Amino acid sequence: MDAKFIDPFISATLNVLETMAFTKAEAGKPYLKKDQIASGDVSGVIGLTGEVSGTFSVSYTEKSILAIVSNMLGEEIREINEEIKDAVGEITNMIAGQARQELDQLGRSLQAAIPTVIMGKNHTVTHVTAYPIIAIPFSTSNGGFTIEVCFEQ
Amino acid sequence: MDLSMKVLVVDDFATMRRILKNVLKEIGFTKVVEADDGSTALAVLKKDKVGLIVSDWNMPEVTGLELLKHVRRDELMKDMPFLMVTAEGQKDMVIQAVQAGVSNYVVKPFTADTIKEKLEQIFDK
Repeated sequence: MDAKFIDPFISATLNVLETMAFTKAEAGKPYLKKDQIASGDVSGVIGLTGEVSGTFSVSYTEKSILAIVSNMLGEEIREINEEIKDAVGEITNMIAGQARQELDQLGRSLQAAIPTVIMGKNHTVTHVTAYPIIAIPFSTSNGGFTIEVCFEQ
Repeated sequence: MDLSMKVLVVDDFATMRRILKNVLKEIGFTKVVEADDGSTALAVLKKDKVGLIVSDWNMPEVTGLELLKHVRRDELMKDMPFLMVTAEGQKDMVIQAVQAGVSNYVVKPFTADTIKEKLEQIFDK
């Protein structure tokens, strides 16, 4: 997969978390993901269509998402609940939106579907499976999360 | 900017409604009501005297753009300030919103200062 499809999602992830949740994250080394088991406890997934189709997902550890959403709302959230589910959907939406804006400037116009959120230990995230899934781990001062990008090219 | 006016926040995500309500209260607005999509917003507009709409674009049922067009067609509401706050930042979509009569446009993610600045631009015109 072309790196120009990956980079907008990395920069959008960093920017959305810093702007909306005052959370500085650091991107690690991308790797090829071989299975569909989520690396975290709660994941947001969004389908993208247009000149090419694909999916973007972000999977958070419990510790990281509790800290992120607590920062966003300005109050402490102590457990994975409906508020976390809703927030993960909106964060996924914002990251995909900003990445699409960047891709649009590169001449790649994509539309986004409504995000879905999956919760629970060892849940699976389904991508456009015939194509490689690129995963990028991120670290924050409150644990890590991983984004995954999969496009049919 | 009259901070005593009632503000209607429209977004299908409760998290975003909460963030926007916090930002508006931080700016000084005291009366904020909410709706989770355009059709619910229209029901609120029928019964409440609203002075400003802050709305998302992508929502089930009636979208933010459809809500905007409805407001601009209504003789009683056609001049109501309408701030679109959306993840849709592509140029052609901003143009669509401007053509439909949006008062100002904010692309998510945003800071409280950006919302304040965009509202001041609307009310200082």
